Amino acid sequence: MPASPVLPKLVGARVKRREDPRLIQGRGTYVDDIKIVGMLHLAFARSDLAHGRIRSVDTSAAEAMDGVEAVYTGAQIADLLGPMPIGTPFPSPDHRAVAADVVRYVGEPVAVVVASDRYIARDAADTIVVDYERLPAVVDTEEAMTGKPTVIHADFANNLAVPFVPMGTGVDAKGNVDDTAIDQAFADAEVVISQRMVNQRLAPTAMEPRGVVVHYEPGKEAMTIWSSTQNPHILRSFIAAMTGLGQDAVRAIAPEVGGGFGAKINIYGEEYVAAAISKRLGLPVKWVEDRSEAFLATTHGRDIIGYVDLAAKRDGTVLGLKLRLIADVGAYNMLLTAAIPTLTMTMANATYAIPAVRAALTEVFTNKTPTDAYRGAGRPEATYFVERAMDMLARELQMDPADVRRKNFIQPDQFPYTTQTGAVYDSGDYAKALDLALDKAGWAALKAERDAARAEGRLVGLGLSMYVEVCGLGPSSSLPTGGWEHAQVTIERDGRISATTGASPHGQGNETTFAQMLADQFGVPIEHIRIHHGDTGVVKQGIGTFGSRSQAVGGAALHLAGGKVKTKMAKFAAALLEAHESDLVFENGTISVKGSPSSAKSFAEVAAYAYVPVPLPKGLDPGLSEEAFFEPANNTYPFGCHISMLEIDRDTGEPTLLKLVAVDDAGNLINPLIVEGQIHGGLAQGIGQALIEEVAYDEDGQPLTASFMDYAIPRAADFPRFELDNTVTPTPVNPLGAKGVGEAGTLGSTPSVVSAAVDALSAFGVTHVDMMLRPEKLWRIIQGGQS
Amino acid sequence: MIPTAFEYTRATSLDDALAKLKAADGAGKILAGGHSLVPLMKLRLSEPTVLVDIARIPELAGIREDGGAIEIGAGTVHHDVATSPLLRDRCLAMAETAAAIGDPQVRNRGTLGGSLAHADPAADYPAVMLAVDADLHLAGPTGSRVVKASEFFQGVFTVDLAADEILVKVTFAPVRAAAYAKLYQRASRFAVVGVAAAVDVADGVIRSARVGLTGASAHAVRLTNVEAALAGQPATPETIAAAGAVAGQGVDDLNADIHASADYRRAMIPVFTKRAVEQAVARAAS
Repeated sequence: MPASPVLPKLVGARVKRREDPRLIQGRGTYVDDIKIVGMLHLAFARSDLAHGRIRSVDTSAAEAMDGVEAVYTGAQIADLLGPMPIGTPFPSPDHRAVAADVVRYVGEPVAVVVASDRYIARDAADTIVVDYERLPAVVDTEEAMTGKPTVIHADFANNLAVPFVPMGTGVDAKGNVDDTAIDQAFADAEVVISQRMVNQRLAPTAMEPRGVVVHYEPGKEAMTIWSSTQNPHILRSFIAAMTGLGQDAVRAIAPEVGGGFGAKINIYGEEYVAAAISKRLGLPVKWVEDRSEAFLATTHGRDIIGYVDLAAKRDGTVLGLKLRLIADVGAYNMLLTAAIPTLTMTMANATYAIPAVRAALTEVFTNKTPTDAYRGAGRPEATYFVERAMDMLARELQMDPADVRRKNFIQPDQFPYTTQTGAVYDSGDYAKALDLALDKAGWAALKAERDAARAEGRLVGLGLSMYVEVCGLGPSSSLPTGGWEHAQVTIERDGRISATTGASPHGQGNETTFAQMLADQFGVPIEHIRIHHGDTGVVKQGIGTFGSRSQAVGGAALHLAGGKVKTKMAKFAAALLEAHESDLVFENGTISVKGSPSSAKSFAEVAAYAYVPVPLPKGLDPGLSEEAFFEPANNTYPFGCHISMLEIDRDTGEPTLLKLVAVDDAGNLINPLIVEGQIHGGLAQGIGQALIEEVAYDEDGQPLTASFMDYAIPRAADFPRFELDNTVTPTPVNPLGAKGVGEAGTLGSTPSVVSAAVDALSAFGVTHVDMMLRPEKLWRIIQGGQS
Repeated sequence: MIPTAFEYTRATSLDDALAKLKAADGAGKILAGGHSLVPLMKLRLSEPTVLVDIARIPELAGIREDGGAIEIGAGTVHHDVATSPLLRDRCLAMAETAAAIGDPQVRNRGTLGGSLAHADPAADYPAVMLAVDADLHLAGPTGSRVVKASEFFQGVFTVDLAADEILVKVTFAPVRAAAYAKLYQRASRFAVVGVAAAVDVADGVIRSARVGLTGASAHAVRLTNVEAALAGQPATPETIAAAGAVAGQGVDDLNADIHASADYRRAMIPVFTKRAVEQAVARAAS
């Protein structure tokens, strides 16, 4: 047979994303591109009050409009749908997809219109008149904890969604608390840093808002739901349960998804309503969120206050950390709402061998949009609180911020390391990442540059942050949905490879990275491999893409499934080549006998033989398709170091980021180009939180940032060119050694930027500034006014 | 983000546009680049029943010089103003103002006339129109008229333009020694405070100056006290500092929002006045 071209090894190579040509040419199919004959359109009437009791809902004008098929109020939806379930074990108030009695945030649905087109549906929804008894709006998080000005949910005294959960040193499994050790740490302290810090509320703002199409086919008694979701299998489970169908009767499809950032993990009321109405009418229905709705009705992120106390010796040794957290979860518990801030407690040890750590969490209901996961989900908050405190300690002790961190690192030989809050860090070499970042930034030269700029009267500062992240979410003990992932690899009859993954990428590039892995595993061209995802009718099982788990968990499952089918394929090849299967080499599109390359069959020939196996080798069934579940023994813990240089305009207070160096360690990298893309996006959102992003409400609970005119998201021009590098510390918890990288960029960047701003303002006696760094706020500090 | 129903009609000439606008009998709205109007319609804050599209009327587009005056058609998009060789040579402040608007998408679609007629209090163009003392040429059913920029802006989204009139073009004597400086609102990229300054410097003396302010108050205004403090004075940092120090005095209807309080805006007026005047004076010297 002719010699085959030599195929390059792809794992570890900078392969361009295979997804991009279709996406950047507008050839992707998103939910709004799905059109079905006879499809009806939904529009929601939403509360314009933050808190009110519904006296009446007048839908008569809407019902009278041509093209309107039906209008449902909350009371009518209650006949079709029960209360919405959540995915955490915390108590949760009754939450309906459409409010029937009380509205609790601006944007909460109060009625839904079904019409022949989207315009009529919107027109009709606008005619719906709701008569409310206005109730006091609960807006201030800490005031809400006193039950003032009112209580939002009757069964939750003082608006406490989660009254008090302690974690860490001296806390046993039942929540019993022994303060001896933590008190001793503070008693032994030579210096204590105490600071209240605010991690402000953010809007996830995916480029594609949410959307859903549901087609219930009465003849089949089966439903197909297309949704802009991060996890179609979880969606299927919840939709089936809420509509009374079996999971066999529901097919959930995530077509192209234009970003999620955590906000598309949740299963939303609009999805349940669309499913219930389609089932009720026996007709397909569509709902597509508009941008105004996205700001009001898609979950927000962060919004947590931290009271941080750090006990240390004057040589910089940290003795103890207290982290008192108050999370504003908005009006209701959504799928993961209550669990997100617990991750902030879990990560309170950060990269440091702090011997006594006590975290405690209270979650509070307010009349705001509910919160849920947002890129980083709990870990950026922990990183911010601890790293800002470490920075304050360095400033107090007049130590270099790098030195105070280095002094407290968990050492490489201490892994696996069990933290005071119960996390088991898999692997790490924090000093290595710090050293590389300092080297890459030119730390000493940067400090000289800063000092020279200051001598000219400029306000220039440097900030440094370490981080450690929890990724590769699993095992099942840590996720109510199951913490595994699933894959199936099929060698088609022509030698092409079809693989399915339960991960549901929506920007992460797994169609590329997974194909790279299989290309190397089978020695075939990447063009011969297709990765299928996001369709429960095609992908047998799965959990989804969140918590930076696709590569570490989904990739591992794929690797195992690929290994299984390769083993079987080798048996067929061995029969054809009359060789022993262990002597076979898969490379360059052929399967050959080791040491005698002329004895070879093409990959396609062996595939064809496996499907028409004459003769059928003894002990083999026909076909080449194998599946695997992979459940990791533990999470992965990527880490890194981010360094910022920032200048503040003395006249205006405007901050400008001059430099950002990011050294990240995500273990083994499948595709460094895609990893850099993930880091870039994470940095943008992390810096965005520090500098420009903030969801604001007025004292009546009215949103003040409900459009891109007022809610700033970062633009490329807001940043310097990011300077990236990485160290590689593989994880032992999966066969790839890959840790995950989707969220990491949001962790170190935020505190490094804020610390740089504090450094720039240090001449004004500033030790901390809360985010975001609004120019007016900084200008007032410069003017000597309040901070 | 779904507008109410409306009729759409495309005008082929200015006369055609005026006729269509008149036929709409007060319910019509001119559509050019659509970058102010369409977002308002999608939010249902504006619900016109007839849109008269003037974006493809040739006589409304283009930048030309005629007898020493520069003329910019109202339909000219910001990108074309920002990159015009003529403007970059003869009146850089105009080009740099356009370049400071929004983002590339906005600059490729939004028009000069649309921005001026819409008169967002935070729009960039009004300041520079005041600084170059532009004439705004309006056409209506009974003929044409010319309004000085200093008379045109009257209030929040309020200008001297009747419902049946169309802004056709602006004309102005180009000023090389002019500049625009702004404090960006970080979400919208509109001006929190924007100041345009044009100076006439001879023999090291500022013979006259015009200074326009946008973003700070309900509508763009001339800072006449700054102009008076500059006129007749040597073109020195001391003069500029003294003039900048009085900037904003007498501006008493300051805007306030989550991005900037009234106090902060007031404090920023001298900062950006000084920056604009410094740059304008520097250009006079070059």
